[in-house]
Amino acid sequence: MTSVALIAPSVAPGDTLVEIRAVSKRFGPREVLKALSLEIAAGEFLTLLGESGSGKTTLLRLIAGFEQLTAGEIWMRGSRLDALPPYRRRVNTVFQQYALFPHLNVSDNVAYGLRATATAKSEIAARVKDALEMVRMQEFATAKPTKLSGGQQQRVALARALVNRPELLLLDEPLSALDANLRKQMQSELKSLQREVGVTFLFVTHDQDEAMALSDRIALVRNGTLEQIASPREIYARPATAYTAQFIGQTNLLRAIIREGVADCGAFHFASALPQGSALFSVRPEAIGLANHAPSLSNLVRFSATIRQQIYSGATELLELQLATGATLRARIPSGAMLSGSHEFAFAASDAMPVRE
Amino acid sequence: MYTRTYKLVVSIPPILWVALFLLFPYALMLVHSFWSVRDGAIFHNWNLGNYRTLVHNPLYWQVLLRTARIAASVTCLSVLLGYPLAYFLSIHAGPRKELLYQLVIVPLWVSYLVRGYAWKTILGSDGVLNGFLQYVHVTREPVSAFLYSPFAVILMLTHIYTPFVFLPIYASLEHIPRPLIEASQDLGASPRATFFRVILPLSLPGLLAGATFAFVLSLGDFLAPLLVGGPSATMIANLIQSLFGAAYDWPLGAAISVVILVFTLAILAFAQRLEARWSFE
Repeated sequence: MTSVALIAPSVAPGDTLVEIRAVSKRFGPREVLKALSLEIAAGEFLTLLGESGSGKTTLLRLIAGFEQLTAGEIWMRGSRLDALPPYRRRVNTVFQQYALFPHLNVSDNVAYGLRATATAKSEIAARVKDALEMVRMQEFATAKPTKLSGGQQQRVALARALVNRPELLLLDEPLSALDANLRKQMQSELKSLQREVGVTFLFVTHDQDEAMALSDRIALVRNGTLEQIASPREIYARPATAYTAQFIGQTNLLRAIIREGVADCGAFHFASALPQGSALFSVRPEAIGLANHAPSLSNLVRFSATIRQQIYSGATELLELQLATGATLRARIPSGAMLSGSHEFAFAASDAMPVRE
Repeated sequence: MYTRTYKLVVSIPPILWVALFLLFPYALMLVHSFWSVRDGAIFHNWNLGNYRTLVHNPLYWQVLLRTARIAASVTCLSVLLGYPLAYFLSIHAGPRKELLYQLVIVPLWVSYLVRGYAWKTILGSDGVLNGFLQYVHVTREPVSAFLYSPFAVILMLTHIYTPFVFLPIYASLEHIPRPLIEASQDLGASPRATFFRVILPLSLPGLLAGATFAFVLSLGDFLAPLLVGGPSATMIANLIQSLFGAAYDWPLGAAISVVILVFTLAILAFAQRLEARWSFE
């Protein structure tokens, strides 16, 4: 993408741009959002991640104004957003199937928002040109959208939204219609475009890899509530709940009994500062390794297990382990020789993250 | 794949049908239009006399013009009624959509003739409309101008053809992906601007199809003028009917039919070209 400074953000980066306060949405008897609260910082790339039906798209549509909220408030830069009709919100959307106007050519599609808001003709021409250059679509200016490939339509949809200099850009699974290779390419284009224009992006996806690759922060939505919001690194390394740990990446969930500062998992135990009682820990497969390869640290948790299966995937391989107690664990280790039988394994106690149910 | 024999066999019925009931009668009509009538018998002397009569006798021109005017009025009124109806049903009716749709369609199940006679009883001197006007003391005497006038014909034809206009418009509105309407509003266009910039342009093919229906069907209608029209609302089809019937001037009747046919085909061809330009598949 060429470096065209399209947008001068009116809120300093990092300040709160949008505040979602206890928003609920009901469709008949179905409560899709349950008093969900969320703050979006100016200039950030925030991803709403969740399964289909979790309410993430509904939240996006509430912010765009396509749905009326049942309860709660949405604020943008100190004024109520939810009271405004969609055409008065300084928010633009990139739709899942792009929703380009089939009767207008590419440049008329991009000019649509500027014409609707009665922008001066000379300014429209210049801004449309800049926007098409930004997404490298200038040579298709007079083409009809139906003649374009998925990736090209995607770029036009981005230009059509960004040309209006929105304060917030909503993206509703915009990459889901593309094939795998193109999706990877569009991901990196999207990321660098967002850095360039500095517009706040609210991105909806059910693809956790996409969320990890693109986002400054990920908001994990589950059954209409916010499960956890954090940076990709944080949410992966320190999942707050068992659901988060399982949804983002793979994990082993270990149930333990805490007694006098020791977490007892049956097959092994380690020191823990948690209070007495039952607890759940998440240990990522890559935290577990063969004991003879592990550094000799004091807080190493050692156990022996039988290798049930070995799944090779290039640089690493996944081992399915069976403990003496019958429980199974998964370990991801650097690829090496074929293994079989019983081996000693280990993980650092600090890699066992306590998670809520 | 299908064999040649199979293809031949399945295409025989439609070819026969078209040849026997369309092409042959049209050819017969075309041939007749170049003959003439002398002493109550048809003479096979090839000439352009009938077409000359059409050009020079103002009676035929007047009826033709009146017919076109009535058809144009019916078209405009049907579109003015049918479009808002289709728009409301498709975009705003919500869960009542199916029921309302059926209600629009129901009149199509009632015979054309029955609907014609219904208008007779509504508009006549001792009809429902006059009874009501006298009851509320708007008029003292029955108004005879309602029935047997071009107005009555336009009213009846509009009533009959509005569902025909409604249907293709409704279909084209249903065809518009809803995200396009959301995208328009998202880009700052008010509902009004969204209608004129997105919904109307994308429903033009349906509008055109409906308008063509109404115009072409009204143009050839002869029952409405017969039932509620009277002498002041004679249309071209009535003229043709009388030329083939009482007047026994088949050649002149055939010549008028040929003119109407060519006119209709021209309209259909024009509509088809416009539709091709306006569709965005």
